[in-house]
Order: sequence, then structure tokens, then C-alpha cells
Amino acid sequence: MDGLRRRACALRQHMVKMARGPGQGYLGQGLAMADVVAALYFHEMSWDPLDLKAAGRDRFILSTGHYAIVLWAAMAESGVIPLEELSTYGADDSRLAMSTVDTTPGVEIISGSLGHGLGQAVGMALGERLSDSAARIFCELSDGELQEGSTWEAAMAGSHFRLDGLVALVDCNGIQADGPIVLGIEPVADKWQAFGWQVQEIDGNDMDAVVSALIHARTRDGKPHVIVLRTLPGKGVPSLEQREKSHFIRVDPSEWDTLERELANLEI
Amino acid sequence: MTVSTASPNFTRTIDQSEDAGTRSTINAPFGSALVQVASERTDIVGLTADLGKYTDIFPFRDAFPERFFNIGMAEQNLIAVAAGLARTGYTPFATTYGVFASRRAYDFIAIACAHAGMDVKIIAGLPGLTTGYGGTHQAIEDLAIMTAVPGLVVVDPCDAIEIAAATRKIAEYRGAVYMRLLRGSVPVVLDSNYEFEIGKARQLRAGKDIGFVSTGMMTERTLDAADALAAQGVQAGVLHVSTLKPFDADTVASFCSEVGSVISVENHVVRGGLASLVAEALFDRRVDKQLTRVGLADRFVECGSVATLQRRSGLTAPQLVATAMEVLR
Repeated sequence: MDGLRRRACALRQHMVKMARGPGQGYLGQGLAMADVVAALYFHEMSWDPLDLKAAGRDRFILSTGHYAIVLWAAMAESGVIPLEELSTYGADDSRLAMSTVDTTPGVEIISGSLGHGLGQAVGMALGERLSDSAARIFCELSDGELQEGSTWEAAMAGSHFRLDGLVALVDCNGIQADGPIVLGIEPVADKWQAFGWQVQEIDGNDMDAVVSALIHARTRDGKPHVIVLRTLPGKGVPSLEQREKSHFIRVDPSEWDTLERELANLEI
Repeated sequence: MTVSTASPNFTRTIDQSEDAGTRSTINAPFGSALVQVASERTDIVGLTADLGKYTDIFPFRDAFPERFFNIGMAEQNLIAVAAGLARTGYTPFATTYGVFASRRAYDFIAIACAHAGMDVKIIAGLPGLTTGYGGTHQAIEDLAIMTAVPGLVVVDPCDAIEIAAATRKIAEYRGAVYMRLLRGSVPVVLDSNYEFEIGKARQLRAGKDIGFVSTGMMTERTLDAADALAAQGVQAGVLHVSTLKPFDADTVASFCSEVGSVISVENHVVRGGLASLVAEALFDRRVDKQLTRVGLADRFVECGSVATLQRRSGLTAPQLVATAMEVLR
């Protein structure tokens, strides 16, 4: 478990390095998802950094395209993207855009227009089953994204087609573009349950809980899985955790050294 | 032919084919062609959003039930699921009505299919005035909407022959396609040796006095109009443009440059569809011709019988003859 915590810490360091380039970015969300993404790429998923398009691979679908920063961090930590490239985050012509483009290694769909991920994940899960593959599809989505009707169209289809190889990971960080959740989406777990999914609700920043939930979601008994993740925006960097919760973080140039120091002092 | 019976204040028109008895028909040409293609290719899958019966895809469902998915009344998800299937190596044909594909699922067609370059084939029933159910069902502006999407191929076939040929060709094409669908008993208009090619306009009739440039089912009418005009001593050419995007601007411009005057004819609003594309092609290539645009006005169309609605919009062959004679006068 300490190994995974160290991976999550490394992802956080990569992300701070990335955001330092443009002085801003979707750092709050990325830091909050570091634990889950580390657990997926370095423990749960069956994938090959040297063959990202291998048939029958497990896939991670990042439905919230603006969380790209955490995916770039995972690719850097896996050696797919050189560490030197991290500082190009958000720069013109960089592969590491602020929102996902499917030309960057590791990206499975073009996301960014919210509500696009789960439906495509349903299609992929159907495709894998049709191909007699046991591959699983992990689809990240956010609490704000639950306001998109297409998410629930896909949720209905996931349970109708009994896609037990599909695992939805709902990041409930309590914020969206206009501030704290603007249109009530609770009770999140009950909604998924009512749609026929197997639901777990955990602290998304507790590595033990994350790993054990992912292991539990391996069961293939005719129902898709959802893990509702309660996360803290800015997790791991105390001065960001304490900031007013913001969809898009701008950091004063003088603050970056402090952030990096806080991260370096993080206890595993 | 239509049968009208008067009631106190209203006319009731019973829809019958305008050409009943003059042309043979083929039932569900799309479904039959898809079954044929899918029997040769295991990557073909079929999807619908609760309109399988009405978009002729049930022959595919019956032949390949394991490869068919009814997504229910959820057009965004229809296209998203299709894109996901394409991501895992399948070639999905997703059917719904044109209004729902173009108006409800646009973002998914644009991003998940076209932007991503996915092999998703969207089959769109009830194009233009082929239903009397009014603005909710009549896809009168779908060509304008869909041709605006970068990289999306847009096809409006004429008849059963072309639907069958196009189904095979778009399955072979790598990328996203939006194809309008004529369903049920679809007339046979084109010769059996007609070759459909994505992006190619075909001249079906020679004639220099006037030139019809038509798309979709309107080519049946322009051919009929050309025959009727010939009987009156007017030589009318017919250029059939079944692919709106990519648009065969060179062939259109060269056809138009050789006729006295041009009439564009489409089952669609005259802004943003065929007429606009013809005008651009002529302007860009400095072909100075009078262009008369036959199609739908910039308004939602009422409910009523298809025959009546088409007549009110000037889409019948006799009306095309009259329009041509007016232009020539």
C-alpha cells in the first residue's frame, strides 16, 4: 500500500510541476483524484505502457476532460510521457493540453464536453463482451457531470445490458464551474442504486478504501459497478486544501515553492 | 396520385405514391443491404433508439440478434454507445429519425464520432417532408446542421438502388457518416448498374436548355420533370448529387456552366443545404448562371398529408416542370 501512496504522491508532484508552467490549471480536481488514478494504473488495471492500444486492455475513460492533468501525470509516472515534457502543460502545441485530446498517449476518448464518457464506456463494455474479452472499462465522471442527462441515459443502458465489466468512478468533490454544486445531485449513491448499479461509497483519498473498493468491483454478477468517491479538492497540498474551493486554480508565482515544499513533506 | 374527399371545412387527403404503378419498389432496402454486408463482416453492429421498426433495421436484428442493441429513447446515448463500440473495433450503424439525430445528439455526433474519426454510420429516417407529423418529425434542416460538422460525410440517397449501394460503401469508408434514409417500400429510380461513390455527383440526363441539380428523393422528381419537359421540346439535364459532404463542386460547376439556367431541387430548406452548396460552387468558380432554388421555406411545416405538404412546397414533378417553364420564359 505504501508503494501506491508513493505513486499517488509522485502524481501530485507531477501535477504541481505541470500547473507551475502556465501558473494555473485544474489542480484541485487532479490532486483530489491522484489516489484513485494511482490505484488504477499501478494496481488494478491490466494495461501495457509500451502498447497503449493493445486489444483486450482494461481502459480508463476520463469523462471530465479538464481533469487531463491527472492523466498526464499517470502517463509521465508510467514512463509513457517524458518528465521534461510536464512543464509544457497548457502551452501552445503541447500534447499536454488542459483538456483531453485523443492524440495524446493514454487518452481513450475526446472528453471535455461533459456527459460524454459513460455512454462511450457502455459501448466499449458491450464491444469487449461481444469480442469475448474479459477487459474492464473504468469510467471516471464527476458529481457536477451527474447534472447531464446523457449520464443517466448511459446509466440505464449499463444496467440494462448487465455490463458487469463496467466500473464508474464518480468524483464527488462538491464543486463545479460556478462554485459549490449549483443544482442538488444528492443522494448520489441512492440514485445509482435505483438505476440498478452495485454501489460503494468511500473516501476517495483513503488508499486502503480505494484499493479495497476496486477489488470488490471485480465481481462479475450481471450488474455494473459504481464507486462514489468523496474527495477533497487540492488533496495533499495543505495550502490548496484550505483555499476557497475553486473549479480553476490560479497560483501566485511566489506561492509555487511553498506548494512544492508542502508536497515534499507529505507523509506517506 | 392523391384521393381527396371534402368534409365541411377541411380536405382529407389520403397519401398515395405520386408515381403509384409506374415504378417498382423494394421493401426495406437499407435493412436488406445491411444484412448482406454484415454477413460478410463480423464487425458490423446495429443500434437504434426505439425506432428499429420505423428505420428498417429489424431485418438486421433478426439475422444477427447478438450484434443488435436497442438503446431505448435516448439519442445522445445511442450515438455515445455507437462511438464506444467503434473504439473497440466495431462498425456501428445507428438508426433514428433525422430530427433526433441532428437536434438531440448533435454534440455526440460532432465530438464522439466526427472529431474522433470513429466509424459510426448514422442512419436518419424521415428526411424533409416525408412525414405529415409536423415540425417535430420533419428533418427539414438536418443537411445544413450536419454538413457544418468538420469531417462528417453527409449522404442523401435517391432510391432503393442507391440506398443499397451506399450502405455498402459507407460501411467500407473509414470515418463517421450521416445518411438520410427512405424507408418501407422505396421506389427503384436509378439503373441497376448505377454506381454510388462517396463525394461523386452523377449526371443522369443530358440537356442544355435547363439543368436540374438535385439530391435525395427529389432526383426521382427531376427525372420525371425532365421527361415531361422533353415532351414539350425542352432539353433538361439532371445532375444527381447524393453526397452533400464532401461536395463535388467541380462536377456541379462544370454541369451548370453548360446549361442555360440552373434549378437546384432538395427535400430540405433552401438555406444551408444543396442550394447553398451549389451557389458557393458557382461563385467560387466564377460560373455566372441564374440559380432557382426549389426546396423548403425558412419555416416549420404544419401537419398534414405528405402529398399536400409536398405540393405546397412545390416539390412535385409537375410543379418542377412549371418552374422550369417559368425560368425559360
